Amino acid sequence: MIDYMAKHYDDLIRAALEHLQIVLITLLLSLALAAFFTILCVYSKTASRMIPGLLSMIYSIPSLAMFALLIPLTGLGRTTAILVLVIYNQYLLLQNFLAGLNGIDKSISEAAMGMGVTPMQALVKIKLPLSRKAFIAGIRIAMVATVSIATIAASINAGGLGTILFDGLRTMNPAKIIWGSLLSALLALLIDGLLRFAEKRLDHSSTSCSLP
Amino acid sequence: MAHAIEFQNVTKTFQGSLRNAVDHINFTAEEGEFITILGSSGCGKTTLLKMINRLYEPDTGKIILFGEDISSMNPVKLRRRIGYVIQQIGLFPHMTVGSNIAMVPNLLKWEKEKTDARVDQLLTMAGLAPEEYRNRYPAQLSGGQQQRVGLARALAADPKIMLLDEPFGAIDSITRARLQEELLTLHRGMKKTFLFVTHDIEEAFKLGTRVMIMNEGHILQFDTPEQIILHPADGFVSSLVESAREKERFWEKFK
Ligand SMILES: Nc1ncnc2c1ncn2[C@@H]1O[C@H](COP(=O)(O)OP(=O)(O)OP(=O)(O)O)[C@@H](O)[C@H]1O
Ligand SMILES: [Mg+2]
Repeated sequence: MIDYMAKHYDDLIRAALEHLQIVLITLLLSLALAAFFTILCVYSKTASRMIPGLLSMIYSIPSLAMFALLIPLTGLGRTTAILVLVIYNQYLLLQNFLAGLNGIDKSISEAAMGMGVTPMQALVKIKLPLSRKAFIAGIRIAMVATVSIATIAASINAGGLGTILFDGLRTMNPAKIIWGSLLSALLALLIDGLLRFAEKRLDHSSTSCSLP
Repeated sequence: MAHAIEFQNVTKTFQGSLRNAVDHINFTAEEGEFITILGSSGCGKTTLLKMINRLYEPDTGKIILFGEDISSMNPVKLRRRIGYVIQQIGLFPHMTVGSNIAMVPNLLKWEKEKTDARVDQLLTMAGLAPEEYRNRYPAQLSGGQQQRVGLARALAADPKIMLLDEPFGAIDSITRARLQEELLTLHRGMKKTFLFVTHDIEEAFKLGTRVMIMNEGHILQFDTPEQIILHPADGFVSSLVESAREKERFWEKFK
């Protein structure tokens, strides 16, 4: 196993970077789309009733089935993988974003509205800052899910750590199987840890029992 | 001279409710009056206030402020001209006391110096030393101090009309008495119209230049405290006055 790393460390690093790249591109696109959905749900009651349910239905489709559904449209490769990942993330992100926004004390939104704050100003100045923690939590959960599903995406030639894992499975090479899954798990743990740390930091700065 | 506030036959019914929360209400209030609204829980006090800053829209009737029908005004602009202290205080927990008070001036895009000076002036007026309290967060204040900040925040842009929904609801009676005195002094010093909701009869009679007594969406009587005590309009009002007298007698026994 160590032998394999000594010989192929460049392959491993390349796969890990590729994986990270998929995760980051997915994150950026997911955030943009989730922001759009969130604003839609804030403004429209109908949207806030329809969209979460729809997304949860899509989320319950297994990833391999989802790949199969999209391949005729977008072909094999990274584009399809990222598309699927972005779609899955919508459920995880929106769930947490809306929970954060709805968790805000009603008296606070009402005070804001009564003072002449417009809905958009209320979102930017009051609701978003008050739900930062839920936002980071949503991003953390979505990113960890992305790391693991992106591994499976190697089965449709998306690249990343899954390539090593699937290669290992095909050629019965235990070193490859172990390194592929180990690195993908490590990446997930790393991202999870970093974002948990960020959540904690926010916690301290907003429980205002210490002077700023 | 137009009335500060005029209600013409205003009714509000909430969906799914059989009764009108506010039922064909007519009244006028003049500039500079301190009107207290007294009534038991659920009689429509909050609903009446919220129609004035258009958090609720009436189903029928008209509300006119200084001669202008509010239904033709932009609600956001209207709200920035009315001070509103909500029943649950509702300070913004992630903003300092100073930023809370500066909210409406900032929305109105005041110059920074003007806003800062105004914040300090209001904090002083509310009995909170600006250097000490300006940069604190709401969680670092006592309940009474939070109420004062809520009041200061509502006064920030110098509104002509102030809506106060049980602003001293969750406060011990000693602090409450002090805040009542302070509010009276404050009101005397400026030409603002106050609409102050309470379900405490002593508070209503102590503060109000006129008292509006409500029950089940109706105004039973709207008059000066003396007139109400001397000539209660109906059985409900006299029983209310009687209950206050009874309490008085209870305390007399221990003199
Ligand atoms: N948003 C709403 N939707 C439906 N019904 C409402 C709503 N707000 C108030 N009501 C109903 O309207 C009536 C009047 O309520 P309102 O809040 O004005 O009472 P209140 O006099 O302020 O009472 P309290 O002293 O308890 O604050 C009540 O019967 C209440 O249940
Ligand atoms: Mg009320």
